[in-house]
Amino acid sequence: MDTLNVSRRNFLKSTATVAGGLIIGFHLPHNSRLAQAAETTETAINAWLRIGTDDSVTVMMAHSEMGQGVHTSLPMLVAEELEADWRNIQIETSPIGGVYQNPAMGMQITGGSTSVRLRWEMLRTAGAAAREVLIEAAAQQWQVQPENCRAALGKVIHTNSGQTLSYGQLAEAAAKLMPPDSPKLKSPSEFKIIGQPIKRLDTPAKVDGSAIFGIDVKVPNMLIATVKQSPVFGGKVKQYDEAAAKAIAGVKAVVEIPNGVAVVAENYWQAKKGVEALNVSFAETEHDKQDTASITKLLEQGLTENGAVARNTGDAQAALKTAKTQLTAEYSVPFLAHVTMEPMNCTADVKTDSCEVWVGTQAQEWVQQTAAKVTGLPKEKIAVHTTYLGGGFGRRVELDFVTQAVLLSKTVRQPVKLIWAREEDTQHDFYRPAMRVKFTAGLDEKGMPTAIQTRVVGPSILQRVFPGAVKNGLDSTAVEGIADMRYEIPNQYTDYVMKNTHVPVGFWRSVGHSHNAFFLESFIDEIAHASGKNPYHLRRTLLSKSPRFLKVLDTLVWHTNCDQPAPKGYSRGIAIHHSFGSIVGEVAEVSVSEAGKVTVHRVVCVVDCGIVVNPDTVKAQMESAIVYGLSALKEAITLKNGRVEQSNFHDFPVLKMAEMPQIEVVMISNEEKLGGVGEPGTPPIIPAVTNAIFAATGKRLRHLPIDHKESKL
Amino acid sequence: MITLTINGNEQKVNVTPDTPLLWVLRDTLGMTGTKFGCGMAQCGACTVHLDGEAVRSCIFPVAAAVGKKITTIEGLSPDRSHPLQQAWIEEEVPQCGYCQSGMIMSAAALLEKNPHPSDTEIDQAMTNVCRCGTYSRVRKAIQQAANT
Repeated sequence: MDTLNVSRRNFLKSTATVAGGLIIGFHLPHNSRLAQAAETTETAINAWLRIGTDDSVTVMMAHSEMGQGVHTSLPMLVAEELEADWRNIQIETSPIGGVYQNPAMGMQITGGSTSVRLRWEMLRTAGAAAREVLIEAAAQQWQVQPENCRAALGKVIHTNSGQTLSYGQLAEAAAKLMPPDSPKLKSPSEFKIIGQPIKRLDTPAKVDGSAIFGIDVKVPNMLIATVKQSPVFGGKVKQYDEAAAKAIAGVKAVVEIPNGVAVVAENYWQAKKGVEALNVSFAETEHDKQDTASITKLLEQGLTENGAVARNTGDAQAALKTAKTQLTAEYSVPFLAHVTMEPMNCTADVKTDSCEVWVGTQAQEWVQQTAAKVTGLPKEKIAVHTTYLGGGFGRRVELDFVTQAVLLSKTVRQPVKLIWAREEDTQHDFYRPAMRVKFTAGLDEKGMPTAIQTRVVGPSILQRVFPGAVKNGLDSTAVEGIADMRYEIPNQYTDYVMKNTHVPVGFWRSVGHSHNAFFLESFIDEIAHASGKNPYHLRRTLLSKSPRFLKVLDTLVWHTNCDQPAPKGYSRGIAIHHSFGSIVGEVAEVSVSEAGKVTVHRVVCVVDCGIVVNPDTVKAQMESAIVYGLSALKEAITLKNGRVEQSNFHDFPVLKMAEMPQIEVVMISNEEKLGGVGEPGTPPIIPAVTNAIFAATGKRLRHLPIDHKESKL
Repeated sequence: MITLTINGNEQKVNVTPDTPLLWVLRDTLGMTGTKFGCGMAQCGACTVHLDGEAVRSCIFPVAAAVGKKITTIEGLSPDRSHPLQQAWIEEEVPQCGYCQSGMIMSAAALLEKNPHPSDTEIDQAMTNVCRCGTYSRVRKAIQQAANT
């Protein structure tokens, strides 16, 4: 996703006095579609920061906090240019839509590792404009030239006299001034806050149980609901025992929903017992015979078909014919669930003329649209309150549980908090697609690849979510990371064969990169071994024109000696991948016991994400992304009789503490354009480990998951 | 009526005896610091102390908690002053934060029994699940708290 060139079409235009303070915000040009949306609710939006007469600086948060740290790194951008005293910074969830939309998506969405890089200029400009009017207000009060004043730590200082006025003292006067359109922004060498490991603002509330997640929401007169959904996707209810559920104390209502039945009760335990008592049966569906084997067969079939062309550089077919040797390999990955720690939940209060929704969501505007659709109310009558998210990873961009909660509240005419059991969460996800790929490479007499031909087969995420983004059968997320590979192989051909199944698929941390980095980085390793080359040296040769990639590779070597043989009993694997605007290289050090147990001892991660806003957040996100990827080495969602076989943590084995390797994160220091950090750490870890397993055993793992019964992973 | 002793206070609740302690805390008493993760004692998000022992409250019937001292994350300290809470802040452990109440309660029970655990002992005792992958920081924070 490199459509992040947010032009300066946004310009600073007005100020307004609200609650005795200063508001700085953006107006959009009047010919903009967004501007129209913004102007309809003008008093409620357009503001990025408020300065209170008590010196507080409140920064509006358009993005959801799901662990990635944006509720700290975004205010850092404002505070830097504002010259704020960080101790006075507080945050507030923004209203919906308008300028708070994600500029890359035209929607208010937290995803695609975009939050900080998209707001980079916008939020710094808001801070700088506020600083300039505060300085101007102080200069007027002192009757001096603004040039003789400066701002620091939440105050304006008159350089000659040493007089000071705090931002709180100046806020009201500053609110009457016109902020500049193009305030002067700092150069990176002037940064004081950006680049520092500033402590997260949300940490204290997350160590004493006071942080409010969606599941913690309390509304007066609220009832609690849970659901039983058709285990086969798309299935309908056949029959259920409503009386048995209603016989349970506390059960208030039994509500049939499109794909199942909900029980609404005074508390969750009653609702859960109610759902069990229903003994719901579901009608047969056309998908009842689908299983993992039939889906695998479908994907294998796809490998024999011609697909939508994603890349055609040079003439791969001709180059393959004249190549000295050819190398072919097939790879596959299974469906994967997100398994956020907080099961899906949503609270809704539908009244005749309004509706409120409380939810941990990555997509506030879609929640609003969904509630409007279910209630029949206009969008303006729908209030959405965003809580903390107990993990998102792409799952909380979906609306299935929102639709249900709103429908339930509408039906029982009371506020309802819907909570899914873990089993429902595992079996009704929008899964990372199961994918299959076939590579053919042509090598010259020196063993260097001259051509690479790739066919990618699998279900399409975009076909479901943004069908308009699928062009001639090409879903860009299916081929990302392969079609845009940086390796200097002169002849390249990539196509995609869409094979949809009844299993819903969605965005899973790093999306297509999650599988394509495994495929490509494994195959590059195969080429290296087939040519008798060191995997690091081959990559270096193939990336000779990409200095940032070379720096990542060389830094990896510096920290791991991965260009040398590993110590006895250990092996190393290397992988490098660029995604979401960042380049990440990882080396895994593993051992494989005689019995075949794989242990990952150490992972070194080198990341070039351009300018680093908060180094501790970048480090934490790399650690997190690596664990998420390592988990996926042994996870799989499988199907039998049309339904998901896994249900909870006992059969979906996520990584635990005892399996945790030592992780070292190294950041490349530079002033390049910001890249994302939430996702790019995930793609390289699996191939780094499987390449290390090959180095140890000579066994090439081309199909995931690895057998977790035999492996320590 | 069932009488419970939670964080030093007596609480009377009117629930069926089979109700898991988790839902009594969350739904009946509104104490939402203790989290629901799996409902089958797999993930540890619901960990509380019963007479100082770490217990997974999602499968623990409330009737069995009668007469025992229940401690939840809200009662670990009045002001985040517990050495583990301090260490958690110092090491910036939480990401999404959802599992952290359970993590801290598990760690607190561990340190009560074993004030200076080795990394291996921490690994064995801390079987809680964290999908954000904060494990290495959890380990580090426990070691730090053990040394204060």
